[in-house]
Amino acid sequence: MAGKGLADISTLVQAIETADSKAAIVVAVRNLAAANDPAAISTLINVLGYNNPGAAVAAVDGLVSLGSIAVPALLEELDGYNYGARAWAIRALALIGDPRALPVLLDTALGDFALSVRRAAAKGIGTINWSQLPEDQVAQAQAQVMEVLQQTTTDPEWVVRYAAVAGLHALVLKAVDSSFGAVISQHLQQVISHDRSLTVQARAQMALNALSGDLG
Amino acid sequence: MGLDSQQLVNAEGVSLTVEQALANLQQTDDPGLRYYAAWWLGRFRVTQPEAIDTLVSALDDETDRAPDGGYPLRRNAARALGKLGERRVVPALMRCLDCSDYYVRESAAQALGQLADPQAIPALRALLAGGVAAAVPTPGKPHLVQPYNAVLEALGSLNATEAVEDIAPFLNHEVAQVQNAAARAMYQLTGETAYCDHLLQRLQAPNLQLRRSAMMDLGAIGYLPAAQPIATTLAENSLKLIALQGILESHLQHIGFPASGLSTEAKQVLSLMDDLL
Repeated sequence: MAGKGLADISTLVQAIETADSKAAIVVAVRNLAAANDPAAISTLINVLGYNNPGAAVAAVDGLVSLGSIAVPALLEELDGYNYGARAWAIRALALIGDPRALPVLLDTALGDFALSVRRAAAKGIGTINWSQLPEDQVAQAQAQVMEVLQQTTTDPEWVVRYAAVAGLHALVLKAVDSSFGAVISQHLQQVISHDRSLTVQARAQMALNALSGDLG
Repeated sequence: MGLDSQQLVNAEGVSLTVEQALANLQQTDDPGLRYYAAWWLGRFRVTQPEAIDTLVSALDDETDRAPDGGYPLRRNAARALGKLGERRVVPALMRCLDCSDYYVRESAAQALGQLADPQAIPALRALLAGGVAAAVPTPGKPHLVQPYNAVLEALGSLNATEAVEDIAPFLNHEVAQVQNAAARAMYQLTGETAYCDHLLQRLQAPNLQLRRSAMMDLGAIGYLPAAQPIATTLAENSLKLIALQGILESHLQHIGFPASGLSTEAKQVLSLMDDLL
């Protein structure tokens, strides 16, 4: 848990700033991420905007492994991002699963212009760490998530519908309200018979198998 | 699912009706509207006879000219026809393979591959004439003299086994993307997995463009053993998901899903996809 100390972090940050190729940036970001130090958060967030997928993956990994402590900074800077960076930030928030990101993830799943961002958000709202939310708020928040995910299964893009089905699958496993199982099963049945993508149908079938207790 | 009016919207939020799109394509005053209408008819799978006829006429358009002498409308019309699945347009697309515009030839070759009519095979093979020795860059242009990638891929899709001897030498062409296209076609024509191994190695290439193109090739041919390597190569998740979708759907069709239920392999690919969302 202990970080490497500020001096080391500034050396690692400097290595990113002075890297002379895309590949060298990736290596430097990986090193900074591996330090697992909260002092790296703002630099890791900046890297999301570099238009360097390898570096962004490494930065997201670093932010996700820092977890909840990275969430306020990610949320604060979300509006200033370009689409590429926003997609990576939403992906980080979705993977961290902190309920403070739930409002922004719900809005994003339904309404973002970029499909990769809707995709990450749909998966993320299904995999929120519900234990981090006060117990008396969980049922209502889950109901909201279920409604948004059901709506998201009609998105024009197959990959967003796929993410919504994966989100429903994750949600039902953690649902505090026992009536979710029947509602989600019925919804998955509809996806299987009506969705025009074979891949989305298959994902819904896998969720339905799990719900029916057929884990094989 | 039929056409959903909510989806008939372009990136700027401008929606068209089928009637408007046809009218836009038939007029000649505004080339921009025509160009967009041709794309739109393909994107939204408008297969009514009038749409097909109007797109076929657009393949002979002389009014929309690019500064370099190219025919932008013809390119879009050929792409649209490739998506619409009407084989009666194949002779018109075959004539486009002789067009002076490289990009019209490329779009036509891709469309012919999609339409899956073997009568296009001889015309496509003709573009490989002279073999690798003739497959050199066009001076002053960012492309070779012919759209080799599109031609090789189309011959693979059309199951043109008679073209194997024409295609094989392109495995050694100096352009890596051409090698990939040849490997992809050779796998489709021979079933030899050694050609896929070549594409799998490309997933480790230092160049992102090459990794992307190998990924898309492996997805397009549905090579199941590539699923794991695709999931772990260094590239955008969006493209990995599209490639894995290609692999999964080939497999699902092969096993007869949904009647068959899910196989172990299908579940493995789905799990890989979940981790990329």
